[in-house]
Amino acid sequence: MELLMLIVIAVLFGVGTYLLLSRSLLKVVASLMLLSHGVHLLILTMSGLREGAPPLLDESGTGATDPLPQALILTAIVISFGLTAFLIVLAYRTYKAHDTEDLEQLRGEPNE
Amino acid sequence: MSNSIMLPVLLPFITGAVLILFVKRPMLQRIVAGLMMIILTGFSLYLAADIYQNGMKTLAVGGWQAPFGIVLAADNLAAMMVVLTCIVGLVCLFYSFATIHTERERHYYYPFYFFLITGVNGSFLTGDLFNLFVFFEVMLLASYALMVIGGTKYQLRETMKYAVINVFSSLLFLVAIAYLYSVAGTVNMAHLAQRVGELEQTGILQVIAILFFLVFGIKGALFPLYFWLPRSYYGPPAVITALFGGLLTKVGVYAMIRVFTLIFNHDIAFTHHILIAAAAGLTMLLGVLGAVSKYDFKKILAYHIISQLGYMIMGLGLFTKLALAGAIYYMAHHIIIKTGLLLMAGAAQKVTGTTDLKKMGGLLRTHPYMAWFFLILALSIAGIPPLSGFFGKFPLIVAAFQEQSYVIAIVALVVGLLTLISMMKIFMYAFWGQQKHTGDQAQVRVGKLLAPASVLVILTIALGFGAQPFFTYAETVAEELLNPAGYIQTVLKE
Repeated sequence: MELLMLIVIAVLFGVGTYLLLSRSLLKVVASLMLLSHGVHLLILTMSGLREGAPPLLDESGTGATDPLPQALILTAIVISFGLTAFLIVLAYRTYKAHDTEDLEQLRGEPNE
Repeated sequence: MSNSIMLPVLLPFITGAVLILFVKRPMLQRIVAGLMMIILTGFSLYLAADIYQNGMKTLAVGGWQAPFGIVLAADNLAAMMVVLTCIVGLVCLFYSFATIHTERERHYYYPFYFFLITGVNGSFLTGDLFNLFVFFEVMLLASYALMVIGGTKYQLRETMKYAVINVFSSLLFLVAIAYLYSVAGTVNMAHLAQRVGELEQTGILQVIAILFFLVFGIKGALFPLYFWLPRSYYGPPAVITALFGGLLTKVGVYAMIRVFTLIFNHDIAFTHHILIAAAAGLTMLLGVLGAVSKYDFKKILAYHIISQLGYMIMGLGLFTKLALAGAIYYMAHHIIIKTGLLLMAGAAQKVTGTTDLKKMGGLLRTHPYMAWFFLILALSIAGIPPLSGFFGKFPLIVAAFQEQSYVIAIVALVVGLLTLISMMKIFMYAFWGQQKHTGDQAQVRVGKLLAPASVLVILTIALGFGAQPFFTYAETVAEELLNPAGYIQTVLKE
């Protein structure tokens, strides 16, 4: 299971990094979405995958999954959701103002 | 256990939320914002004095004791940074009453301003690594909004880049937390310090330390990760640049100081003396070279932010009591001075309508107070005694010689000289020489802009002439940082 998860994370990071380096504004935003999914899975995997137990302790005190990473991921998902919404609006406004979404043309002043 | 340390986070948050209700009424917003900021500043001063006298305070939020719940922990360093945040916030707020366009005020300027303060104060006060990430995000989201507010072409373009690089570094931050959690099994900073001490900082922990260095290096604009700073800080109105220049990068530096004094302090020979010290030297040198090459008021100051971050990190890299005290003192000095200088850039821009030095000149004749204020601040930043810059740089350089790190000491001295040159360049181009602005522009009154900034000028003089008590305070802070056992015990209640 760990191995599968690590492969998924690696693919997400690889694709995300590739898109991040592309020239299209929208692809850059999409890359950040993919990367954040990769990071969330990484938190889950890194804290030790356990199957078949809820993140709650019963009275015997055994057999629970660590609830902390799930709480962390939940917080991180909410934050990255807000950021993604903001970035999409920002990318749209930038596109409207500059009439292009090619980052090569959004470079700024030529003499710098 | 003390609820009072929650207030510097809660008060601006509630104020920001309330201000959203009154966005259509700028006057009411200003009154509420001004009052709340004054209360907050007064309270932060009281808090800092209380912590200095009675020792550090912690708060287990929701009654969940550390290391299981989230803790807020206010030691002297955190309290000092909160005070500085509030002072800069207060000055910039009153400055923005006079400069921020009503359109921007109607588009949630003040709510975002207070959310930014919430995030900054929260980052200083938290004792939990994941919570630090959350407050970073609160601060950054507000900063994206403030940076783009007004929506000019330049702002939109540069905010996009600023946002992308910061989101990416936040993701790296999460990766670092995930790795650290897998090794140490906790995200509470005091508990982490204990666990990392037991595990010894080798192998994977060394990698994690470097990952944290990279994350805070991007946030704090250190070499080689500072390229985003000068252009994104150039776009927004001067007061927003001043607020960012004073506070945002310093949050990165603060986080780095916290993490590398509390958690990763077991392999000083590599992480501190090689990695951080080298980054410090290169940051200083390349930042100031950027400043020397520019002919724009705001851009020169933006490059100076980078160069001076190097001094603070240099103190951390040397890792002696004197050097850390110097770095702490320098950080306080820098926050005050840099905000003041950028506010002066805003005042000069208001008069001349440009920040291009080649199109400016003769401001000394038409606006003498602005010129003298600028001169005091410029001399202070260059490190001329008896102003505060001198007492920040002096202990750092002495400590470097004591540690026989001659290279970084010489770099620091050369950078001081180049700083003086570039500040004098601004003074000669903008304030001396032929008057290049029109007669109408010469009549522009900037009293309302200079009045808030004068607080900062007085503070730099006070920091310089009262160096003895302030430096004693900085030494107390440095001593706390070098003996993290006290912090760990207070947080974990052992």
